[in-house]
Amino acid sequence: MRVSDIMEALDGKVCFGEDKLNEVCLTACGCDLMSDALAFSKARMCLLTGLTNTQVVRTAEMLDVVAIVFVRGKQPSAEILALAEETGIAILRTDHTLYEACGILYSCGLPGRIKV
Amino acid sequence: MSEQILTEVFEVEAGDFVAAGAASAQIKRILKQLSVNSDLIRRAAIISYEAELNLVIHSLGGKLILRVMKDRVVISTEDVGPGIADISLALKEGWSTASDDIRSMGFGAGMGLPNIKRNADDFEIRSAAGSGTTIVTTIYL
Ligand SMILES: Nc1ncnc2c1ncn2[C@@H]1O[C@H](COP(=O)(O)OP(=O)(O)OP(=O)(O)O)[C@@H](O)[C@H]1O
Ligand SMILES: [Mg+2]
Repeated sequence: MRVSDIMEALDGKVCFGEDKLNEVCLTACGCDLMSDALAFSKARMCLLTGLTNTQVVRTAEMLDVVAIVFVRGKQPSAEILALAEETGIAILRTDHTLYEACGILYSCGLPGRIKV
Repeated sequence: MSEQILTEVFEVEAGDFVAAGAASAQIKRILKQLSVNSDLIRRAAIISYEAELNLVIHSLGGKLILRVMKDRVVISTEDVGPGIADISLALKEGWSTASDDIRSMGFGAGMGLPNIKRNADDFEIRSAAGSGTTIVTTIYL
């Protein structure tokens, strides 16, 4: 699923990374626990979370995450956007809850775990 | 002994959440410049970041060390304490002494050390209560 498809499906907005809308996500992970994202991550992932601190972006950087979606209408801070720019990760936001946003993407066919 | 290509040492301060991850980001960049395979870089980055976070969250300060050799990448940490009383317990998934503050930041699930072990080809840990903790991990190229 392209970042632009994810944005449309979630009625989302791009906060950073207009130039990354064509990049492809193969899988997604929804959690407020970065420990879990680190333990269960896969390549070319979209990370959905309600947690807004800079360690979310650092964690995403380590995992080669393609896009981060902040849920429940959370507004990413200037520090988060600066780190996103430095690391080249697209930042989206949506008013949907974490549960809803994950459900929508899952029903669009974006899997949780890809079997390689 | 395998030929040494590069050694980098990063000082990691206890409790410095703003800087946490900066050293691992640097390590990731270095491995990319050396054209290491991207799956191996990802494993190295996960190991390095989990180990760096443990230094920030649990230790009194320490070093994160990257050594690249012809056939392997070695990532290790050395800290000045307080040490781990029961290592087998610390290695158990879900066991953590992290505070609620740390949890509210998205960490402290007790997944770090098992995750480091899973991503490394070789994993060694030495520690005792009252002294420092040393972790050595190896990924073969
Ligand atoms: N460098 C260290 N110095 C002292 N204690 C440590 C160190 N690293 C880990 N520990 C101890 O081992 C426990 C387990 O570590 P582990 O990394 O697996 O989980 P965590 O850091 O608590 O949570 P997570 O890694 O999921 O964020 C920690 O809660 C802590 O008590
Ligand atoms: Mg940890």
